[in-house]
Amino acid sequence: MSIVECVDVQKTYHQGKVQVHALRGISLSIEKGGFVALAGPSGSGKTTMLNMIGGLDQADSGRIVVGGKVFENMNQSQIADLRLYNVGFVFQAYNLIPVLSAIENVEFVMLLQGIPADERQKRAKAILDEVGLENKYDRRPAELSGGQQQRVAVARAIVSNPSIVLADEPTANLDSVTGNGLLKIMKDMNEIKKVTFIFSTHDSMVMDYARRIIYLRDGQIAKDKIK
Amino acid sequence: MPIDLKMAWRNIWRNPRRTFLTIAAIAFASIILVFMLSFQFGSYEAMINSSVKIQTGHLQIQAPGYKDKQSIHMVVTDPEAVGAFLNNSSEVAAYTFRARAFSLVSSEERTYGIMITGIDPSSEAGVSTLKTSIRRGKYLFEENPNQEIVPALIGELLARNLQVGLGDELTVLGQGRDGSIAASVIHIKGIYRSGLDEFDRASIHIPLQQFQDIYSMRGAIHEVVVVGKSLRQVPEIKKRLLAGIKTTDSKSSLRVLDWMELMPGLRQAIEMDLFSGIIFYIILIIVVAFSILNTFLMAIIERTKEFGVMMAIGTTRGRLTRLLLIESFSMTVIGMVTGAVLGSLITWYFQVNGIDISGSSELLSHYGISGRLYPKLSLASIISGPMAVMIITFLAALYPALKIRRLRPVEAISHV
Repeated sequence: MSIVECVDVQKTYHQGKVQVHALRGISLSIEKGGFVALAGPSGSGKTTMLNMIGGLDQADSGRIVVGGKVFENMNQSQIADLRLYNVGFVFQAYNLIPVLSAIENVEFVMLLQGIPADERQKRAKAILDEVGLENKYDRRPAELSGGQQQRVAVARAIVSNPSIVLADEPTANLDSVTGNGLLKIMKDMNEIKKVTFIFSTHDSMVMDYARRIIYLRDGQIAKDKIK
Repeated sequence: MPIDLKMAWRNIWRNPRRTFLTIAAIAFASIILVFMLSFQFGSYEAMINSSVKIQTGHLQIQAPGYKDKQSIHMVVTDPEAVGAFLNNSSEVAAYTFRARAFSLVSSEERTYGIMITGIDPSSEAGVSTLKTSIRRGKYLFEENPNQEIVPALIGELLARNLQVGLGDELTVLGQGRDGSIAASVIHIKGIYRSGLDEFDRASIHIPLQQFQDIYSMRGAIHEVVVVGKSLRQVPEIKKRLLAGIKTTDSKSSLRVLDWMELMPGLRQAIEMDLFSGIIFYIILIIVVAFSILNTFLMAIIERTKEFGVMMAIGTTRGRLTRLLLIESFSMTVIGMVTGAVLGSLITWYFQVNGIDISGSSELLSHYGISGRLYPKLSLASIISGPMAVMIITFLAALYPALKIRRLRPVEAISHV
């Protein structure tokens, strides 16, 4: 069963007078529970594709369906709700809220969902324990290493049990040991919680973990490899 | 603590120096406003009280049209009935009767046209500062009004112009209420200096009873001068006098005029001064508002990526706007409260010790105030300025806060 369905998705950016064709009619389908990497060189369209799936950006044409919901039939507020309840994000630069502690960052999404404080705390602590940050609840992002921050970001992305986690180059700022540890955590989450992970990456280690690699080049799918 | 408040509080201290400077600007504006408004209110009250005590009282009861025409024929015919009513009015602190006539007064050397005022020496002392303004000689209180000699008090400047001194005689020539010629010789018993040049240059006071004889007043007077227990009570006293006075003199329909009607020049001077003050305050507040605007525009530029991420994970634009408004409101409240407290303390110090204004304010000296001036702290002076700062800075913060609503997550996240 597909969790993501894209049909002939096109996107063109305007940089001054220059038109950049970021996506040129991409069609793909990603199964629920997948561990998928969108790979390719810079400018190939992988981050744009991830943004489209996450509803952060709108396609010029084509059809995107996430969790059975068709984006073209939804307004911005509905897409924002879809992001809140169904999609988790992990960014290359961690992008935690700097004024909140690790546990507050993880709780934040649940707070937006209206989950009671007791429940939030219980779940946030449990997920931070799972990613190996049991003694770092009250540390602010500036007091954590890059790897620890990215683990908080993963915890934040999966704590509210989304259907999909979109991870944009999650290991790019990490050393190989830390990156490997993080990928193991995400793989475990994928296997245990059945959360679908979609990465944009050109890190070979991520591709090693991925069960499916979709290679993009110049806004088109160059190769779709299922291991 | 709710997460929005927690985040707002932590956010405002992310750049402590900038936050401190912004709060300091708000506090400084609040201090200036509290002090200046208290200073203005204090000086206005001093001007009013000084003018009221020298000249008009808080209120006057007169015949209709007397204020404009100053005709000797426009009289209060039964002052005793009015006095009886005033005696029963608890808000009235004191009152006195006066009669006035424009007359020519001559010394051996010179002649001037001036206002002769008949006063009841005893009750006048409770209403005006005339008695305490005597610089040479004695007040009329100690004289016997039944004597043939008409004792008089004369303004220092008038005495100088007429080239007379204590014990000298002056010839007075005017018109009586019945149209007859009013003529008398008065003897200078006291010379006063009120501080109000206009008053000291053109007035002579004699006992009311003798004034009534000289000017054929037949017991009538021109003004019942009333002083309330405080300036704030004037409107209430006026309302009660208007209602009560109808029963005492229904024929002449006496008028009750308050100090603003009696001294329109003073009221206009206060309004002008307040108006120019308000323009200065608005400029000051706008400068502070720009400081807030700058702080938040900088915050938005610095935190665009963060806002993008927050939107990506599900934060609504409304919540981000609210967060920024809480931040601006918190800084404004801290600055405002600090400023109001410090401003009140500084003002209180000067309220106790006064400010030396000798020779520095032409406006105030014109109204008989010289020496030290005392600012007057009030709820209005403590609250109104800082509240204006708060409202305007809050409005200034609305622009950057609403700017967030136009952010698109994908562009915000890629913001460098």
